[in-house]
Amino acid sequence: MRLTVDGQAFDVNADPEMPLLWALRDLMGKTGPKFGCGIAACGACTVHIDGQPVRSCSLPVGQVTGAVTTIEGIGTEGRLHPVQRAWLEEQVAQCGYCQAGQIMSAVALLDEVADPTDADIDNAMGGNLCRCGTYPKIRAAIKRAVVLKTAGI
Amino acid sequence: MASVGKIARRTFLIGAGAVASGVAVGYYYYRKPYPNPLEGDLAAGEATFNPYVKIGADNTITIIAPRAEMGQGISTTLAAMVAEELDVDLDQIKVEHGPASYAYYNAAILEEGGPFAFFDESMTAEIVRAGMGVVGKFLALQGTGGSASMRDGFDKMRQAGAAARQMLIAAAAQKLGIAAADLETANGSILHKASGKSLTYGAVAATAATMAPPAEIRLKDKADWKLLGKPQKRIDMLAKVTGAPIFGIDVTLPDLLYGTVKMSPRFWAKPVKADFSKAEKMPGVIKIVPIETNYGHGFGIIAENTWAAFKAAEAIDAEWAGPEYPMDSAGISEALKQALGTKGSVMRDDGDVDIAFADAPREKIVEADYAVPYLAHATMEPMNATARLKDGVLDIWCGNQAPTLVRQLCANAVGIEQDKVSVHTTFMGGGFGRRVEVDYALCAALMAKETAGRPIKVIWTREEDMRHDAYRPASVGKFQARLGEDGMPVAIDMTIASPSLIASTLRRLFPSISPLGPDKSIVDGAYNQPYTIPNYRVTGVAAPVSIPVGSWRSVGSSINGFFHEGFLDEIAAAGKTDAVELRKKLMAAYPAAVKVVEKVAEMAKWGEALPAGKAKGMAFMLSFGSWVGEIVQVADTPSGIRIEKVWIAADVGTALDPGIIEAQLISAAVYGLSAAIGQEITFADGMVEQSNFHDYDAMRIFQCPAFEVAILENFHKMGGVGEVGTPPAAPALANAIFALTSKRIRTLPLSKEVTFA
Repeated sequence: MRLTVDGQAFDVNADPEMPLLWALRDLMGKTGPKFGCGIAACGACTVHIDGQPVRSCSLPVGQVTGAVTTIEGIGTEGRLHPVQRAWLEEQVAQCGYCQAGQIMSAVALLDEVADPTDADIDNAMGGNLCRCGTYPKIRAAIKRAVVLKTAGI
Repeated sequence: MASVGKIARRTFLIGAGAVASGVAVGYYYYRKPYPNPLEGDLAAGEATFNPYVKIGADNTITIIAPRAEMGQGISTTLAAMVAEELDVDLDQIKVEHGPASYAYYNAAILEEGGPFAFFDESMTAEIVRAGMGVVGKFLALQGTGGSASMRDGFDKMRQAGAAARQMLIAAAAQKLGIAAADLETANGSILHKASGKSLTYGAVAATAATMAPPAEIRLKDKADWKLLGKPQKRIDMLAKVTGAPIFGIDVTLPDLLYGTVKMSPRFWAKPVKADFSKAEKMPGVIKIVPIETNYGHGFGIIAENTWAAFKAAEAIDAEWAGPEYPMDSAGISEALKQALGTKGSVMRDDGDVDIAFADAPREKIVEADYAVPYLAHATMEPMNATARLKDGVLDIWCGNQAPTLVRQLCANAVGIEQDKVSVHTTFMGGGFGRRVEVDYALCAALMAKETAGRPIKVIWTREEDMRHDAYRPASVGKFQARLGEDGMPVAIDMTIASPSLIASTLRRLFPSISPLGPDKSIVDGAYNQPYTIPNYRVTGVAAPVSIPVGSWRSVGSSINGFFHEGFLDEIAAAGKTDAVELRKKLMAAYPAAVKVVEKVAEMAKWGEALPAGKAKGMAFMLSFGSWVGEIVQVADTPSGIRIEKVWIAADVGTALDPGIIEAQLISAAVYGLSAAIGQEITFADGMVEQSNFHDYDAMRIFQCPAFEVAILENFHKMGGVGEVGTPPAAPALANAIFALTSKRIRTLPLSKEVTFA
């Protein structure tokens, strides 16, 4: 099957039942999305399909029809996404393992709601678990990202 | 506190090893330095000054931060210690974890291993503490834990930077023909202001490294610090916001195979029947092999991708022998309660408790039974390791908290010498004590014997991870207090029973060593609090339940914080004393503790009236050398109790990075609150019942309170940071719920009794 991931085409020879996460990680070398639970309960594996946040650990790769974007496709070291910049400025991450998923959920939230309320943040981010408890900084970083995006940074 | 006589008679347990009292290690051996492990592995043009500093001819400066980075910011602050004295900025350096080496032993991890409270500065306590540091070196534990990395590194990392700087200056002085005293350093260069001449560190590194290390090392005064004491940008933040492959689970190698494990769901039980026929035929499956380690028995699945391995593990039809411990949680509870009635070890015995209770009038006695469950660590990154065994040489890549243990036990498991094993320590997606264990590495090493030299990355499913942990022990406590006429306690008697995590750890890591003496972790956080009560006895009993238990963020203090501080709140309520005032009176002999409690009370406006439906609770704990007070505010809402706000005041002695310390205090409080609200590991049919985040969840963003943190530096000794925010969290919350509902909850998790929003 043919997949578009981070703007690049991949020919993937996989069991169509294999979750997208493992196709990305083991077959396409995309290790940005993380494995946390395998049952869509922690959000570490969050990627976008046509801009919508999806838990890639629970989506069979055979059912993927749109373009996939991972943490590796939203920005680069030299040209970070405003959400990544906000994360850097707020020094959000501790162990960092859940943060790719957190950032992908936050990017999707801000694409849908330009200036989210605390309740919007709770709703959009509630599926992303962080065992280091970085939530106060995640909230602050999302608000900072709003400012950065508005300023066109 | 223990007297000299008691110490001499007693042996006690430290870390994972049993050491007799009287530290019989020669001074000479202790002073002899370990060889510098960087020497054998330098790039062209690179020079090394000591185990912590490498400088290349191109002025690339590499600092080795030999403790495991699991989110606690250790790599940043350890590097800052060296950089401070080397006179370079953090953005000028590369930071590496470095190899597994005895040179990186952690002395501080054991310093508090003796039977003394942190505040006990008697000569005996200090002598044993210094001796414990020597033992730390003798055992050569390269470990990350005990909130000890800063305390261990503070002198030696700064000295490493300062020594290297002095050698670089000496080499530059020689080359320029200028007296060393006339040279200064800045940003990785040596300058002679008068002539404008300068040399980079790289230009003189090769010569400097051959010079004799300075006999006397001068360290900067605290007032001159440029990096330490100020919040630094974490060196790993960019990698963590760009999804860089920095974790063990991200390891990629040519020709890589994938795998998983299916271990017995009953600890220590062997398979009585196993049918691989279906699993072996599944696409992508290469081989299924038995695994036997001191952690237990099971199977390894070798496959072409992780998903194929997971599916095959599910398809193995296996039956397992019965458990050697009680079948279910009710049976385990019963065993713990029975242990309470057996002889234990008295770890604190002030006054005479028996006499104090003998004539106590009934109405002056407060009694309570407490209990906490087993807990899993549930790190975000499930256990995993990658191993390659080729030409008699084993390479292991994994996040781990104890590289020298990984090296030793994996060498034993595959039957090669330790010098044929290289441990590559990656960043960790959480540790919390789980990665002190080495089971994930052993499984990968054993499976690498079966792949004809190809590397294999072995990833556990979340279910396997949840069901094969070294759990925070379950514990029960029986508490009794006698109040005086003024409502203050005149006597407290505490007995706590829990499986011994030292005995459990020895069984897994060093089964040939028998545990000696009492396991002080059973009562840690209960026997060593800075309260003066005339009659004060704390007894620990090791309960004979062999479910594997280990170190869970703050270890014994995670249990005894809830017990001790919950019971103190009961005493305050029974004696009609304010909870803050009660503590201030009892801890009056320890000014640092009083200041912490005053600070947190002031921040939270303790004592001011709250609107109906809101209440506050407080707790204080001294753990890992830091004094921490927390106040939790809860509110009654239509959907349940909401934790609105948490105030934390912590005296850490010296705050090396206030930004990271604040983040760690909040993190540790969230970790403790998560467990208090809803976590428990229960057993049925000898197996763990929970399997994943749907039945073992943690606090989510919509439950997370606001935090306000104050960092104090009043005490004259440095304390730890990574764990110290956890112990007061659960009792502060339970005490707040009592203030809100008048319901005294003595068993965790609290969700058994109340609903949370």
